[in-house]
Amino acid sequence: MMPEQDLLLAAEESGATAIESAGKTDAPALVLRGIHKSFGSQVVLNGIDLTVASGETLGVLGRSGTGKSVLLKLIIGLQKPDSGSIHIHGQEITGLDIDALNEIRKKMGFLFQHAALYDSLTVEQNIAFPLKRHTKMTAPQQRDRVKELLAAVGMEGDLEKMPADLSGGMQKRVGLARALALEPAILLLDEPTAGLDPITSDEIDALILKLQEEHDMASIVVTHDLHSAKTIADRIALLHEGNVLIEGSFNDLAKSGDEFVSEFLKRDS
Amino acid sequence: MRSTLTSVWSLTNRFLEWFGNLGFFAWQVLRAAVRRPFEGRELIRQLDEIGSRSFPLVALAGAAIGAVLALESRASLVQFGAKAMLPAAIVFSIIHETGPVVTGLIVSGRVGAGIGAELGAMKVTEQIDAIEASGVNPYKFLAFTRIVACILMLPLLTLTADFFGVVVGWIANTLVEPISFQKFIHQGLAGTSFNDFLAPTLRTAVFGLIIGMIACFQGMRTRGGTAGVGLSATSSVVLSSLFVILADVILVKFILVFFS
Repeated sequence: MMPEQDLLLAAEESGATAIESAGKTDAPALVLRGIHKSFGSQVVLNGIDLTVASGETLGVLGRSGTGKSVLLKLIIGLQKPDSGSIHIHGQEITGLDIDALNEIRKKMGFLFQHAALYDSLTVEQNIAFPLKRHTKMTAPQQRDRVKELLAAVGMEGDLEKMPADLSGGMQKRVGLARALALEPAILLLDEPTAGLDPITSDEIDALILKLQEEHDMASIVVTHDLHSAKTIADRIALLHEGNVLIEGSFNDLAKSGDEFVSEFLKRDS
Repeated sequence: MRSTLTSVWSLTNRFLEWFGNLGFFAWQVLRAAVRRPFEGRELIRQLDEIGSRSFPLVALAGAAIGAVLALESRASLVQFGAKAMLPAAIVFSIIHETGPVVTGLIVSGRVGAGIGAELGAMKVTEQIDAIEASGVNPYKFLAFTRIVACILMLPLLTLTADFFGVVVGWIANTLVEPISFQKFIHQGLAGTSFNDFLAPTLRTAVFGLIIGMIACFQGMRTRGGTAGVGLSATSSVVLSSLFVILADVILVKFILVFFS
């Protein structure tokens, strides 16, 4: 099948709607086809097919070591798949050179599992990092944008703090603000609530929901937190043994009757 | 016998693999270097970090060498009746060999460990991935800036070590047998040309390349948490010192052939 036909079919399957904004096509935000990834003899992803429509949030669940974080790193180009294709708004990215890939990366925001804030920079400098390199904003404009982003994540007044002075939840918030700095069309969240207490987790979930509503981004949320997945994801994909075992709403998963799915969801009941 | 051969073979393989990976890393840095933007602000920060902050240590080491050379050489030269050669022995020794090598080794220790540990910690905490994910090339932003800073700063730091070495050498000499600084320098530089001064100083730019390249390479390939960071810092110092010494031998021969 031709890639274009494949994409159109994927768009129909996912119910993706046309995006009117400049620079975007009517293709789904993200299409993964036949993604394989191994590390040595260990097969991590064994033919993953996924589609995410613009404005949609896909939750990716699965046991530890099933390649959920690897999937996000493949999407943003930090790792290369052994085979398969990744289309971002209709553009295949697996064969792109570094400059072209960096252009695509500017349209994506990535929240790392442990936030990965630059520990030698202040909160303000962390968030301004992509602004300085990819926009023509003046220093006062950058500062205003940083303040706006910090206000959005509920951390006004923490501009001068260093990452080491922040709690885990605060680091996640700053990481989220940094991921949103360039107003990405796709947001990738790796375990946004991992290691946080239930109250802070709920706050982060509420924040993600609010930001998704405000920015209309396609999002992929990798998580172990079933409650969080239920709250923020429109659709869930459950990875098992390198494949997507089941894909659908949380209720679809609950009704599936599959032994592994039932076992996986048991903790949430 | 068989196990010894296997060990040698395995060691050779690892060494060749390391060299291959270093070559690939150098190619990535070079490719990134010719693309915009040129990260001028980060380069200035690294020049300050590597140059200004190494200054006191290098100056102190240069001064210590000058003092030791003056004290040690005097006894030997007096024994052979060549006391008048003392300024030349001190100046020539410092400018030609001791200053460049000691500066190279001190920067290997201070800067090599610093870069190895810093980049190693950034690697294991996914900060390098975060830089890459935000559309910034880490080979340019992190590696190229540090390597260029090392290349530019090593000759300047060598001049610092040379200056303090000669001045303290004169002071140590004057304490035993007073001599004016002007006369000391005049005698010290007698019979030397500009090439005697230029080539040894500029060869430390190669030391800078070695230190920057190896420390960045070791740091950016760190694996395995805090233990890995420690290992990267140590291996950066050991390997860069080793290659600085090796390069010194080769470059001295090169300078003798082409600049003498």
